[in-house]
Amino acid sequence: MAHADEYHVHRAKILTPSFYVLLFFALLGFFFIGIRFVKGIGAVTNLSDGYPWGIWIVYDVATSTALACGGYAMAIIIYIMNRMTYHPLIRSALVTSLFGYMLAGLSVMVDIGRYFNAYSFFIPSRWQPNSVMFEVAVCVMAYNVVLMLELLPAILERFISSTNPKLKTFKKIAVKIYPVLDKALIFIIVLGITLPTMHQSSLGSMLIIAKSKVNPIWHTEFLPLLFVINALYIGYAVVIFESFSSSMAFNRPFESEVQRLSRVIPYITLVWLCIRFYDLFSRDQLGAAFAGDYPSMMFLAEMMLISGGSFILTWKQFRSSPRMLFISAVLLVIGGAWYRFNVYLIGFTPHGNWSYFPSLPEFFITLGLVAFEILGYMVLVKLFPIMPKLHTKKA
Amino acid sequence: MKKTRRDFLKSAAVGSAFLATPFSLHAQDLKANDEAVGMLYDSTLCVGCKACVTRCKQVNDMAAVDAPNDGDRIWDSPVDLDYRTRNIIKLYKEDEKYFAYVKHQCMHCIKPACVSACPVSAMQKEDERGIVFYDKNKCIGCRYCQVACAFNIPKFEWPESYPKIVKCDLCKFTNLKLKNEPACCETCPTGAVIYGKRKDLLAEAKNRLVASPAKYTGEIYGEHEVGGTNVLYLAGTSFQNLGFAELEHESAAMMSEHIQHTLYKGFIAPVALYGFLALVALKNRKSAHQVEEQKKVATEIVEKVEKDGEES
Repeated sequence: MAHADEYHVHRAKILTPSFYVLLFFALLGFFFIGIRFVKGIGAVTNLSDGYPWGIWIVYDVATSTALACGGYAMAIIIYIMNRMTYHPLIRSALVTSLFGYMLAGLSVMVDIGRYFNAYSFFIPSRWQPNSVMFEVAVCVMAYNVVLMLELLPAILERFISSTNPKLKTFKKIAVKIYPVLDKALIFIIVLGITLPTMHQSSLGSMLIIAKSKVNPIWHTEFLPLLFVINALYIGYAVVIFESFSSSMAFNRPFESEVQRLSRVIPYITLVWLCIRFYDLFSRDQLGAAFAGDYPSMMFLAEMMLISGGSFILTWKQFRSSPRMLFISAVLLVIGGAWYRFNVYLIGFTPHGNWSYFPSLPEFFITLGLVAFEILGYMVLVKLFPIMPKLHTKKA
Repeated sequence: MKKTRRDFLKSAAVGSAFLATPFSLHAQDLKANDEAVGMLYDSTLCVGCKACVTRCKQVNDMAAVDAPNDGDRIWDSPVDLDYRTRNIIKLYKEDEKYFAYVKHQCMHCIKPACVSACPVSAMQKEDERGIVFYDKNKCIGCRYCQVACAFNIPKFEWPESYPKIVKCDLCKFTNLKLKNEPACCETCPTGAVIYGKRKDLLAEAKNRLVASPAKYTGEIYGEHEVGGTNVLYLAGTSFQNLGFAELEHESAAMMSEHIQHTLYKGFIAPVALYGFLALVALKNRKSAHQVEEQKKVATEIVEKVEKDGEES
């Protein structure tokens, strides 16, 4: 399993201008988080008893965990479909997954009102297995640990290869743990496929209980299946997106593996679209979906983005153009995220006169956490062997 | 390679089979416990005096809601349920001649969605009496109960730094405990809201419908909605006019639990998925090793041949 030679540390300056820009937004976000903890959730958000969940849940948890499914999607293709050629891509995908899921965890702690009671999840007498939220919470916590374990080899390799005498004890420990971890890693990796399958589907199940409030265009018993497939194609699209943007940002050549990877996406979206339309048809909601009113327009936008992005990828000449690949990945990521927003927010209409649009502090807290996440990614790839080694060959 | 693809397809089939288990949902008939207690509110008897609102606040120690023009904070003037108001009387005015009052508070569902949703058992339903109540010491404040409730009943203390969920618990810890009756029912001067066992209240409601059919719409709200509620309503105008949503008779909480239990019963499906994936991954690792070995041998041979070529 040792593929240590596939990755390298991206040697570059850490304190770049973009570092400071991101730091600014992260600090701004943390400033508003401070206000939220002193003055309460009502002081910084536009949330209400009708819309108890805003962008902190809909974006930071329900959507950003899907954007963080790159590690999940890549693990499936590499270890289950046995395409070892993609192996060099997995570490950077895992890092984004870890940061995405940590962002979700952090946002949850900001969002929940009685965060000081969060230890309830560790008290068996309080467990409530009927609750979809319980499954999601436990599963996401476990997955965070799994992601850290999956990335541990990168950290250990850094210590093993270090010649700094100050890190000598670390080096000794790393040399001892590494072979053990290397052997056990496959079981952790498989857990890293099982857990997202579970909680990504449960993120869909979450809204089943709110049947009377969710528009029938989106409320269906297939929500768990739709969400897990949605997470998959978002995952692959994000890997493409990330590979393209890091090749731009870090001045690296575009990874050729990504072009071949893009072929799988249309198959997955096709399955998803078939289920989606079969479900609408079987529940007699096709009329509502194409009625032309506001929910219908949002549905159509979701469909256009997802099918448009996939359609591009069915053409070989487009797949070989990094620009078109990037465009289709962006369309798919936005479309997939759009679907999740539709389920959680656009299609969510509680009885009575309620409305919701996020407040500025809500935006800034989300923005700050995302900035923090990108910041962490940029620093980590410059400290540890995460990025795929360049195919410079002997030129 | 081909073989592994087939393996993948198989595993995918297993995975999707367990995710898409046909959810044949015949909402099991929910039946209220014979001992379940609740309230019957008759809109045609209510005179809108709001004595129940005041009494509820006194008994349960709830804060007053300021009126916009009342700088001295003399009145309590709630306009709707919120974190300071568990119980409210509202007016529906059709025209100059016809109007009706309506009381809103927790419906105490037979299958409460808030209880089903709560991840840490902070929302609970009493086994015997069916009262749905809240424990702030367990609550993490995730507000999933608010999302889940079809009646929008649980309210959140938005302005507080340490907020709680607030909802009617039939005075479980106050008036019901002391006087065997919720404060609103004890106070009501016209008997518009009465307390009792659900089965008795339902019988009473049906009697009233038979005795004076002209007075009522003929429906009992809460008899079947979302699987039935322990609080029942009679009215002289449609329940939609009084601010109630038209709700299905099936319980969405049952549907959600059914799906969740199908997927996670005994944890068999996740364990099976894990086992299958582990098998495939281990097999792949083995074949990857073989490929690597072969490659190594091949490159060694090539190198040797090149070396020989150079030498000669």
